[in-house]
Amino acid sequence: MSEGLEAQFAQWRSYVQRRKELRGTDVEELEDHLRGSVEELVAAGLRDDEAFLVAVKRMGSLDELSREFAREHSERLWKQLVLTGDVDGAADPGKRRELVALVACAVGAALSVKLPEVFGLDLDRDGAFYATNASLFALPWLAGFLAWRRRAGAAVIGVLVGLFAVGAVAANVYPLAETSMSVVLTSIHLPIALWFAVGLAYVSDDLRSPRRRMDFVRFTGEWFVYYVLIGLGGGVLIAFVFGTFEAIGTSPETFVSQWLAPCGAAAAVVVAGWLVEAKQSVVENIAPVLTRLFTPLFTAVLLGFLITLVVTTSGIDVEREALILFDLLLVVVLGLLLYSISARDPLAPAGLFDKLQLALVVSALLIDVLVLLEITGRISEYGTTPNKAAALGENVILLANLAWSAWLLLGQVRRKTPFAALERWQTNYLPVYAGWAWVVVLIFPPIFGYR
Amino acid sequence: MKVAKDLVAASATPMVLGILAEADSYGYAILRRINELSGGELDWTEGLLYPLLHRLERLGHVESSWQSVAGERRRKYYRITDSGLAELAEQRRQWDTVVGALKEIWRGDSQAVVLGVPG
Repeated sequence: MSEGLEAQFAQWRSYVQRRKELRGTDVEELEDHLRGSVEELVAAGLRDDEAFLVAVKRMGSLDELSREFAREHSERLWKQLVLTGDVDGAADPGKRRELVALVACAVGAALSVKLPEVFGLDLDRDGAFYATNASLFALPWLAGFLAWRRRAGAAVIGVLVGLFAVGAVAANVYPLAETSMSVVLTSIHLPIALWFAVGLAYVSDDLRSPRRRMDFVRFTGEWFVYYVLIGLGGGVLIAFVFGTFEAIGTSPETFVSQWLAPCGAAAAVVVAGWLVEAKQSVVENIAPVLTRLFTPLFTAVLLGFLITLVVTTSGIDVEREALILFDLLLVVVLGLLLYSISARDPLAPAGLFDKLQLALVVSALLIDVLVLLEITGRISEYGTTPNKAAALGENVILLANLAWSAWLLLGQVRRKTPFAALERWQTNYLPVYAGWAWVVVLIFPPIFGYR
Repeated sequence: MKVAKDLVAASATPMVLGILAEADSYGYAILRRINELSGGELDWTEGLLYPLLHRLERLGHVESSWQSVAGERRRKYYRITDSGLAELAEQRRQWDTVVGALKEIWRGDSQAVVLGVPG
């Protein structure tokens, strides 16, 4: 056959291969069919290119063909995550290396949990040590895995090592009593601060790009979903370990509480991170889907709360937990906002969903302002504690973010500001959270006299 | 006259199995043979044939193997299995029943309708 015809076949092949319903071998089989058809037409007296055109035409529309294939091979429409090698059996050395790195990092994280025992610490007795250090067992390994994947430069690796070292110092050098508020605060804020160090590793291939930071936001959401899923699976596993071993009169309690649960939790941090990376292009992001589901529901609840508040004219009873509750509410609202931003088509015009989001953010802001007014009164009356100061600081940070987001959303709904402004605002704001978390971890304990 | 799509689909399995029972074959040749046998009246598409072959393979009625032809090309050949032969026999029994019944109904009623001769 002529060269021109071969080129046409190659073109056809690459076109057909893009169909996910058709595997490599299907394309080969269809190409053989096409060639048979062309040969016959040429034998009947047609020129090469004419024969090709007629043969392709005879095969019918590719859409229809794919649909017929999909009916027989419906599993192909469910994108499968293939761990090693692809369907045709050829193992990809890059993927294998990655799997080895993953296993190494996961095992490293699991063993890190047990490392302090070598120095005489005990998971049951030294609760404060394990609470403040929990994030230092697993997150460096996740950051290391990501930095390895991104081939991070020496400077970034240096900064990462520095950040984790500072974290270790903050968790262990201050004389914090086991019952102090600062222990709790450090246990909560150090993971947040170090998560942004993981973020640095994540964006290490392109530090300045806002798109990359948005990717990290997506990564965080997906990582969380996967971690929860792995946790649920782990719970089932633990239940079966208990059930089966107790049935034969052996109590697995020590094994579960000393090994399986803590090591599994640490390793799962790395595994969840790897899963997000591996399935990035394979599975649809789930966090934005959840966002779509819950944005209307949260908006309804918040509006209902506001209306009830006005109708019953009862003030908000600001107990100790209330501030934290409303902090969490703002976090949820911010999360709903962030994850719908992360999935939004930047060029799409403002629609109903954007208006819904505006309603959500504005109602959250209104509620929060009411709470803040109440709480500042309390603080000026009774003085402050580390807990109150941290919660208040977080509230202000989230409030500032959401207030400006609401302004940008309003502009977007009125079609005056582009969507990119909101996205840029959110990605530029990320370091603020990290900064505040470090402030709470590093500066709060000395200021408040290690209370 | 073109045979209706439903009828083509219903008769596809026994036809493919029947052709493979004659000899091992591959997609294009099977399609050619069907064309030949029906005088071009059976409108088979690739979208019908290949998924059907894959389904029969999954059910174990046929086996496939790749054989190289001219140069670097490979061709997927299909061969009927014992279970395929059993399926063919079963299908044949059913088709005989249907065809027999239809013939019974149409006996003596030799109008053009049956043969599809244009008026």
